[in-house]
This record gives sequence, C-alpha cells and structure tokens, in this order.
Amino acid sequence: MSELTITALRFGFLLLLWVLIFSIVSAMRRDLMIGRKAATGAPTAREVRKHPELAPPTPAPKQQARQLVVVEGPLKGTTLPLAASPILLGRAQEATLVLEDDYASGRHARLFPQGSRWFIEDLGSTNGTYLADQQLTRALPVELGVPVRIGKTVIELRP
Amino acid sequence: MIQVDTAPKPRRNVELALLVLALAVGIGASAMVDLNSETPFDSDFWFQSSLLAVAAFAFHVVLRLRAKYADPVILPIVVALNGLGLALIHRMDGPGDDTGNNQLRWTLIAVAVAITAIWFLKDHRILRRFTFISLAASAILLILPLVPGISAGEVLGASVWIRIGPMTFQPGEIAKITLAIFFAGYLSSNRDLILLAGRKIGPLQFPRFKDMGPMITAWLVSIGVLVFQRDLGSSVLFFGLFIVMIYVATSRISWVVIGLALILGGGFVASRIFAHVGFRLDSWWNAFTPEVYDRFPGGSRQIVQGLFGMADGGLVGTGLGQGRPDLVPFANSDMIIALIGEELGLIGLFAVVLLYLLLFTRGFRAALGTRDAFGKLLACGLSFAIALQCFVVIGGVTRLIPLTGLTTPFLAAGGSSLLANWIIVGLLLMISHTARSPIDTTPMTDTPSEAVKQP
Repeated sequence: MSELTITALRFGFLLLLWVLIFSIVSAMRRDLMIGRKAATGAPTAREVRKHPELAPPTPAPKQQARQLVVVEGPLKGTTLPLAASPILLGRAQEATLVLEDDYASGRHARLFPQGSRWFIEDLGSTNGTYLADQQLTRALPVELGVPVRIGKTVIELRP
Repeated sequence: MIQVDTAPKPRRNVELALLVLALAVGIGASAMVDLNSETPFDSDFWFQSSLLAVAAFAFHVVLRLRAKYADPVILPIVVALNGLGLALIHRMDGPGDDTGNNQLRWTLIAVAVAITAIWFLKDHRILRRFTFISLAASAILLILPLVPGISAGEVLGASVWIRIGPMTFQPGEIAKITLAIFFAGYLSSNRDLILLAGRKIGPLQFPRFKDMGPMITAWLVSIGVLVFQRDLGSSVLFFGLFIVMIYVATSRISWVVIGLALILGGGFVASRIFAHVGFRLDSWWNAFTPEVYDRFPGGSRQIVQGLFGMADGGLVGTGLGQGRPDLVPFANSDMIIALIGEELGLIGLFAVVLLYLLLFTRGFRAALGTRDAFGKLLACGLSFAIALQCFVVIGGVTRLIPLTGLTTPFLAAGGSSLLANWIIVGLLLMISHTARSPIDTTPMTDTPSEAVKQP
C-alpha cells in the first residue's frame, strides 16, 4: 500500500475518534433536560393543531398545584411533578418520594388529588404528619405554599 | 413561552448508532494495526472483530429488554475503549504471544458477567441488603493473595495475585466494587448519625467512635493492602474511594483535608520503610539522572522511555503499528497510555482522556438523577473509582505523580481489571435506568408484592 494511503488512513482514524466524541456530546445535549422542564418558544398555530395538548392553557380561576418541592430535610431541593395520581411518601423503597429520614415511617403519608385540590392523609405513621404545625387526624386539603412536615422533611406544593 | 415536559425516553436507537461508531473505532484500530503487520487481515483479525461486535450488540439487546431507560452513551464509550485496547494489545504481541487473544477472552467473559448482572439483578437497590456481606467479601478477597496454596507469590514486587489452575486473578479488583457497595450501604443509612452525633473539637466535628467503627475497619483494610501486599496503587484507590464517598455523604470538607493529610503522611512514612515505594519516588523526582535510569530493579527506564515515545509521537502520532513501543517495558499494560501517545499523538491521547471524562460525567449524572441515597453514593463511588484509576495511571505515565501499579480501565491488558470495570459499567447502567425511567405514580395497592407497572 502506498505511503499516501497509509497517511490518509492515519489521519482518518484520528478524525473517526473525534467524530465519535462529538456524536456522544451531541447525544448528551438533549439529555441534560431529562427530568426537568425544558423551556420552549410558544408553539405556532400549526403545531397546536397537530398536538392539541400544546395549546396555551385557558387561565384557570385558581392556581393549580403542579409540583411538590422538598424545602427542608435531607432531600432539600428535590421537586416532583404532580400528575393526576396519588403520591406515597415514606422511607419504603416503593414510595414515590423515598424519604431518607430517620424520623419517617416506611409508608408515612399519602398525597392524593380530589377535584382540583390535593389532600394529605397520614398512613398511621409513628411520628405523625403535620400540616402547618397541626398534627393530622384525618385527610385535609393542602393549599399552595403550606408546609407539610414529615419527620425532618418539609414539603410544599407549588404552582 | 410555555413549559413542556420532556418525557423520559429510552433512547436505545441513539445508543445503537453510537455503538456502530464505537465499533468502527475499535475495529478500525485493529485494521490499522493489521495493515502494518506481516500478515494483514488474517483470520485472527476477523475473529477478534466479529466477537467484539457480537458482544457489544448482545449487551445492547439486553439493555433494550431489561434496562430500557439506561444511559445511551455509557456502552458506546466503553466499547470504543475496549476495542482500542484490544487492537493495541494485539499490536504489541510478538510471534507466539497470546496476550491479545487472552484479552479478548476476558472481554467476552466480562461482558457476559455484566449482562448476567443486569439480567438477574434488575435493580441496584437489592445490593443494599448485602452491605455487611460486602464488607466481609472485601476482606476475604483482599486476604486471598496472602493465603498459601492459592497465592501466586510475589510478582513484580507486589503479592496481589491468586492462582486457580492455569489462571491467575487479582481479587483486589473485585474488592473495589464490594467496598463501594459497603460504603454506599453503610453511609446511606448512618449518614445522619455521623453528621449529628459527636463532639466538636475546634473547627472540625468528630463523630462518635461507635458510628465510625466499620469505617475505620475499612480504612485499616486499605492500609493493610499497602503493608502486606505492597500494592501502592490499590491502597491509594481504596483510600480515595473511602474519602470521596464519606465526603459525598456528609458534604464536610474536613474529611478531604484529613484524608489528603493522611495520604501524604502515609506516603512519606511508606517511602522511608519500603524500598520499592522509595524507589518509585526517586525515579519520579530524578527520572533523568543516569544512575536512577540504569538502576535495577526500581529504575526510571520505563517512565523515561514512555516519555520519549510520547515525544516522538508529537501532535498526530506515528500511526498505529508504526512506533517503537517495544522499547518501553510493559507497553501493553502499565504503559499503554504512552503507547497511545506515541502512535496516535496528542490528538488521539486527548480523545481517549475525553472518553474517560465523558464516562465519568455520565456516572455522576446517574447519581444526580437517581432518587435513593444508596444509588447516589454507589454511582458516585464507582465512577470515581474509574476516574481515580485514570488519574493515577495517566499522571504516573506523564510524570505528574509517581508511577504506581494501577491498570488503565478497559485499555490495559489484564483480565481481572477488565472484569471488574465491566461489572462497574453494568451497575452504572442499572442505576441510570432507575434515574431516567418515569416515576411510577399509579395508585398504591394493598398488596405490595403486586408491583404495579407503569403503562
């Protein structure tokens, strides 16, 4: 094989190495947003027609809770998007939000939607659940920004 | 501006595309090496390439079936590094040498073990139950090379090998995984106690001795490795793992300060007591002194020849198969970074370092994303173990720090290291799968055994 071909292959291989690296980096670029909300521009009328769920929501009479935020405790800063399904809080591994909190029970409390509101219910925990410093005795509605204390963890609902 | 949720996506097709590219790198390297050998494209080449490709695609299929949401770039990075390593080891094989085929055999074994782990373990959180069993297993694995009968004796100044039949194995490589599992399990359940209980002396807070007992045991294990097995590299690796995991768990910088002080102090004492550690330090400081260069054993010939090789490679390298790495002792294991620097040049060496960096960031991304403390600590510890190995090896070869006997992950010839690192990759993929899969928000059933799956 000629000297020229060998040289071309040599540089070609280095190029291939860097093509691999740039492909990996560009594959990761989109990935940085997983689990977070990605801000996008307002959809065009055509996009709205194709995907009705993209339409800007009609202003609701009251603000809906859209996420659960841990404001105190070991998991501070964790956010969880609220869907239309209940959320189990506790130390058990099957909980939706696994609390790494020595003062929480395995299956500590349950947060569930009813109508347009979210309710919290204590599941017979050892140390109790507190809604705005009141210990829960029955399921109570949780308003936006009202702290719910479980052990050393405090959570809040946010719009 | 509106907000749109980016729904979790499996992204296995991205992985497949990157995997093809990674195989092109690995097999391309083999082809380049073959072009410059006496018998280009013999049966060995086709055999090696096809087996590597089969292993990679099998792993990909298992991920599709068992860990759909796993990180899509981890596998391609590892396959590219492993393929490049195979090509370089094959390139160093003289006539009659079998290191290349041996490395291929171990690659296949390692991939099979990692696949088995993903297939049967499914969820890394099961490992948390084995916290203390892992500690016991680590101790046994580390003591094995000292047990007469299966010990392979002192090889190159360190007794870290065992011999079972015709095979030799380095159990310390597996011990780094079991130790990481132990640290993660122990720290994730006792983190608050370590943080809160204890007395404050000056600016530093010391935990109660009761809470620190198992951690001190683990620390003693790593010191024991240095004293009894004379393996400086593994000792640094275990101790670094210990410091990083306790720092990640407690976010107290005082641990890092104490740890670095202990490493420097321990290194100083070791260099005075053990001749081989002293030689290593000497051939790092005075590498270019003729007496140090010619000294045997413990001279600096290996480091200096590696540096000459990298200097000869320059920016773009001499081309695969066209350098003179045969002048460097252990060019296919300890000094494989120098071989890459010589034949692929600075541009190729940087690409390899970047691949390691990307692998490390993906490990940490999995740690950030997963929701359980055990998984977070385990992913941090395992990816840090890979990063620390790279730092110690590449730093040693480029004379930034003294050269110690650690292996370059996935590249260097050595079955035990390859097996351990592939298991680490399997665990990282499992953790990233739980980190990236959608949260199960279906209603709780009364029978917890009846797991409800996401539709």
